[in-house]
Amino acid sequence: MSRVRVLVGTRKGAFVLSADGNRDRWEVSGPFFAGWEVYHLKGSPADPDRLYASQSSGWSGQVIQRSDDGGENWEPVGNQFSYDGVPGTHQWYDGTPHPWEFERVWHLEPSLGDPDTVYAGVEDAALFHSRDGGRNWAELPGLRGHGSGPSWQPGAGGMCLHTIILDPSRPGRMFAAISAAGAFRSDDGGLSWRPVNHGLQSEGIPDPDAEVGHCVHRLAMHPSRPEVLYMQKHWDVMRSDDAGDSWHEVSGNLPTDFGFAIDVHAHEPDTVYVVPITSDALHYPPDGRLRVYRSRTGGDEWQPLTRGLPQRHCYVNVLRDAMAVDSLDSCGIYFGTTGGQVYASPDAGDTWAPIVHDLPAVLSVEVQTLP
Amino acid sequence: MIRVVLPAHLRALARINGEAELDIAGPVTHRTVLDALEARYPALRGTIRGHEGGQRRAFIRFFACEQDLSHQDQDTPLPAPVASGAEPYLIVGAMAGG
Repeated sequence: MSRVRVLVGTRKGAFVLSADGNRDRWEVSGPFFAGWEVYHLKGSPADPDRLYASQSSGWSGQVIQRSDDGGENWEPVGNQFSYDGVPGTHQWYDGTPHPWEFERVWHLEPSLGDPDTVYAGVEDAALFHSRDGGRNWAELPGLRGHGSGPSWQPGAGGMCLHTIILDPSRPGRMFAAISAAGAFRSDDGGLSWRPVNHGLQSEGIPDPDAEVGHCVHRLAMHPSRPEVLYMQKHWDVMRSDDAGDSWHEVSGNLPTDFGFAIDVHAHEPDTVYVVPITSDALHYPPDGRLRVYRSRTGGDEWQPLTRGLPQRHCYVNVLRDAMAVDSLDSCGIYFGTTGGQVYASPDAGDTWAPIVHDLPAVLSVEVQTLP
Repeated sequence: MIRVVLPAHLRALARINGEAELDIAGPVTHRTVLDALEARYPALRGTIRGHEGGQRRAFIRFFACEQDLSHQDQDTPLPAPVASGAEPYLIVGAMAGG
């Protein structure tokens, strides 16, 4: 029977949650890297035993860990992230120029085909890659250097490159998203980039339909239909049918279109999940009711999913990298909260149950479907 | 032999039980101690001082013989009791955040 392995990054370490395909009895291991913030960990699609983790702390900076046995043992690898050339400046919160300074790795995206190749999205926003299993890192400077970089400005959480999506059908095409700059696309393996934000409207910036400056919280794509992208923006849930060239809003009947996480069903490219959050000032679910919303129509028409989720007195948040799906026949949906719960649904969102209740605040959730 | 005491999170990272013990030929300074420490425990590179420029990270402190030596130039000789091994060189995570 197939198995699933859920990789959870938290404010105080990483956890690995494992179950068979029934997904009703879970084994919990961790904390790994106890006491450190683990913004993200993810497995290689080409070798599921190869995992990468981003471990950081305010005292001791960035560490990258690698496992070659599915998370039982870990080895620190390279942690030198040096911007290419003279880094230059971006905008600071007050609009003044501010030097690019490396803070941490937000997201690790292993290559689809090579376990030793992995991409890292960092704060201050830039894209790095390693081709030797994380030992050495080099910036792909075309993203920061394409022209708009000096105008980028941090969001409240920092100026982070938080989303990296690799197109499985078109080698060399990849997407990245930055708060608060927007979405970007490369068609040459990350060497050159262009902003893909046409159609976004953001009232919180001086020019609401500017080419860059939008606070994109998360992008999602279904691998069988890579030209369709979904976006949870600061406000608004958006969709593109042309690989980001243009976007239109699909918030529809959501109770609020603010949120962080968004993901797509493993087998149904038109089935999308979001977790509406009240507002940018109130980072918790509307009315204290934790509801995942599912659209089976690629957006616009949304259905609340509540069975097994707290429907009163719930004031947690679900962060941008904290939702994932497995690829079992009955698609499993997973998300983690800032209250330390990780919820799983083995039936595409119809019913939910917590795997764990009391972890540190959850920063990220990834799932591996194992044979 | 130089004795180095690390904060718990760095001992765990480097897999050190107790004190790190280092042999250093030549002058015993912040720099030579940190160079020897990082050579023996490569996982510590970048976690005590930056990769570029070697500056002490903001919330890491260096103590010895009941003195805060954090602001000394890295080429400053360490106190004789540290050089002789009578006293440890303390690498400390600053009390930040309450």
